[in-house]
Order: sequence, then C-alpha cells, then structure tokens
Amino acid sequence: MSALTVDHLLGIKYLQPEDIQLIFETADHFKEVINRPIKKVPSLRDITIANIFFENSTRTKLSFELAQKRLSADVISFSAAQSSVKKGETLIDTVNNILAMKVDMVVMRHANPGAAYFLSKNVKASIINAGDGAHEHPTQGLLDSYSIRERLGEVAGKKVVIVGDILHSRVALSNIYALQMQGAEVKVCGPKTLIPRYIESLGVTVESNLRKALEWCDVANMLRVQNERMDVNYFPSTREYGQQYGVDKALLDSLNKEIVIMHPGPINRGVEITSDVADSKQSVILNQVENGVAIRMAVIYLLASKIQ
Amino acid sequence: MSQKVLLTSKEVNIILHRLACQLIEKHLDFSNTVLIGIQPRGTFLANRLKTLLEQEYQINTIALGYLDITFFRDDFRRTDKPIDANKTSIDFLIENKKVIFIDDVLYTGRSIRSALTAIQSFGRPSEIELLVLIDRRFSRHLPIQPDYRGRQVDAINNEKVKVSWTEQDGEDAVFLVPTITNQQPIP
Repeated sequence: MSALTVDHLLGIKYLQPEDIQLIFETADHFKEVINRPIKKVPSLRDITIANIFFENSTRTKLSFELAQKRLSADVISFSAAQSSVKKGETLIDTVNNILAMKVDMVVMRHANPGAAYFLSKNVKASIINAGDGAHEHPTQGLLDSYSIRERLGEVAGKKVVIVGDILHSRVALSNIYALQMQGAEVKVCGPKTLIPRYIESLGVTVESNLRKALEWCDVANMLRVQNERMDVNYFPSTREYGQQYGVDKALLDSLNKEIVIMHPGPINRGVEITSDVADSKQSVILNQVENGVAIRMAVIYLLASKIQ
Repeated sequence: MSQKVLLTSKEVNIILHRLACQLIEKHLDFSNTVLIGIQPRGTFLANRLKTLLEQEYQINTIALGYLDITFFRDDFRRTDKPIDANKTSIDFLIENKKVIFIDDVLYTGRSIRSALTAIQSFGRPSEIELLVLIDRRFSRHLPIQPDYRGRQVDAINNEKVKVSWTEQDGEDAVFLVPTITNQQPIP
C-alpha cells in the first residue's frame, strides 16, 4: 500500500487491483480538494510535465492540464499539428528533445497502439498513456470505474454493458480490464461488424440485442461511434445505428429497473443516446468529467512520488 | 524496548481541563473561533477538547474541522514515509475567524508550516493560534512556537513521543519511546 507497483501508467492491464484501490482512495482526497474555495495543492511544485498530443483531444487534454495545475506542476502542452513531427522527426527524437528541457513526466496520446509502451522503454521519464490508438486509455477506464463506485457504492459484483463501437475503442479495452480486475461482470453489445472477433477471450460475453443487454445490466457505458476511425462502412447508416443501438428515454423507462448511463464523450446526441437521456438523472456523464480531474490528479501525484 | 511514561491518564485529564480553561479565557464563547484538528493524530485531542468544552463548560457553538496536510508537505519525494492522505473536513468558512490549530506533538514545526499553507485554501483567518499537548523543546527546524501547551518535554532525537488515546489505543497516556534507527526522522 501507499505506492503504485508501476512507474508508468501505460494501460490498466499492467496494474494490480491494489493499484486501482490506491488511485481511488487518493482520488477521493483530491475530489475534496477540487471542491474547496481554493482548488490547489502545492505538492508538485518541482515537477514539470509535458502533454504531447499527436491526436486531437479536447476534454482529456483539458482534464490533464487542469489536474496538473491543481497540483502546482509546471506544464507544457504541445499538439502534433504545430510541431516538427510534420517535418519527419521520429517519436523518440521529439520526446528526447522535450526531455532535454528537464521534463519529469510525459502525458502522451498517439494514434499507434503501443506508442506509450515504446516510449517508456526508450526515454527516461514517467509516462502516462492518454490513449494509444485502439489499445488503451487507462485514465478513462479508471474514471469510469470510479464513477460507478461513486454512484453504486462499489464495482465488485456489478453488471456493466459496453455498447457500441468496441472495435475502434481504447475506452472499451481499458474499461474491460479495469472492471474485471475489480470483480465486475462485463458484456459488450453492438453491431457484429464493430465487435472484435476474439473479444470472448477477454472473458466478456457478447449480446447483439440492446434491450436484452440493458435488462441484464446495472450500468450501460455508451461508446461514441468513431466515424474518424472507420475506413469502410461498418453499418448502413447513422440513423439505423441510432435505431438499433441508441438509447432513448422510452427504452430507458420501459426497463423494470433504473440503470446508470455513462458516456466517455464527446456525445453524438441522437446517435448513441438522445438528449433527454444524456441530461436525465440516470446519466453520470458530467460526474465522469469531474471525476476525471480527480483521477488524473491521483495518478500524476502517485507516479510523481516515485520519480527519483 | 523500554518506554518511559511521561503523562498518565490522570495527568492527561488535568491538562485537558487546563487547556480548555485557557481557551475559554482567551476565546470566551467561541463565537468567532474555530478549532482545527491536524490529521491524523491531532483530531483526537481536538475532539476531546470540544467534548470537554461542551459538557463541562456548556459552550455549544464550537465549530470543529479536520485538516489534512499531506499534499502541502515539503518532503514530498524526499521521504520513504507513506504518502497516504487523510480526510479533510472543514464545512464552515474560516474567513476572518480565529483559527486554533490542534495537534498532539510539536516537534520540528514542519507539519504546522504545512498546515499554515493548507488552511489558506479555506479563506483568510483573522489569526491563527497553536495548541499542542506535547511541546518537544530544542528540536524545532522552523520558528514556530505553541500558544497553548500541555507539557514541555526535552527529548533527544532518537526518542519518539507517543501519545495514546482511549478511543484509538485503549488508554490516555504519553510515552517516551526509544527508536532503533539513528537516522533523524522527518516528521
């Protein structure tokens, strides 16, 4: 207890259940901090963090930056669009150039799966994966579980269905690992074309009927349809997807229990969920955003405490 | 390992009454004063004083909060000690209030320095005082002194002052315990 077993956060699969517990307990304290009149602690005064985003991101980048600033770290942020990456510089060179400016920690999002792992083996800094292709998005996985724990008391024994584009989703994989590690049962639901072929090997079950999946679950995590990653047509039309796999208020009210609705954002309103569902009291979407800052503060704080 | 009793349960009780009276002498009805127990071990003393003031002296308007200083310490990444935090709960405003920090042992003064920074997150108090049960003389790293002290103790650096409370450890008592390491602890 009291220190993580890892030096980098590359994915949930590298963590132990105790790590997740420690991150959650630390996040509880930071959640109290970010609700104070002055929402800042001086712990990381002597730490510099670089946020390197080779892929577009709004909320993850903002959430990381805010978490770093709440901890009093010095922050430099950079997006690939404005960088020498366009001029052909390699990933290691780019990062080493940044590290030469005495940076202690790197938060990176990259389109290639394994980019964060590769970086952790090749540069001397603590690495946090903020999403690597369709592989993992560990802080999102953590904050989703944390939000479930907050709403339902605990994660163990809960039934969670992840609905939508499982194939292109790093959020799905991190969620599956995190939920199973904490003893929850996971089902995935979506069009067959968007369910990876060997998904059962992860210990999850597949359901193609949304209503059945919702009747089974305590929590439904509605993933975004990632149009930007779809090179071919995986379903006939957005409208048809919405009819088959979208949740509307009528469907939610027709269930014989009250389930929790989650969405990692950004929402395609009317596709994955309708507006009245997104804004209903069953939805914890905005809690997820608030918890994201607390979880990222906890991860950064715990990793920073291991920097020599 | 031999430990020396510094204060017995009876002595602790007398000291608590004296400290309560000293607080009343200065703060009267506590209408503009708040008590802040420093986590983790100062909270027991803070709770005791509040109970005593309420039950023995009929002062029922006492605001009590707990302040955790973990994220404000100056030894982050410089110590092997656990970094576990405790709960902060201050559900009132401290703006323009008289704040009394309450802790069990004052040693180097670094915890209190952290608490002085931490409390700023909750507003600007009109003044801050410090109450400790045990004041270890000659061991301060910073110019911090208590306003109210239970007992002053001369302890050498490889001795530890251990405060037991009935609710946590089964009895009220203060011990002087020799530590095995010669390394100077960073409290």
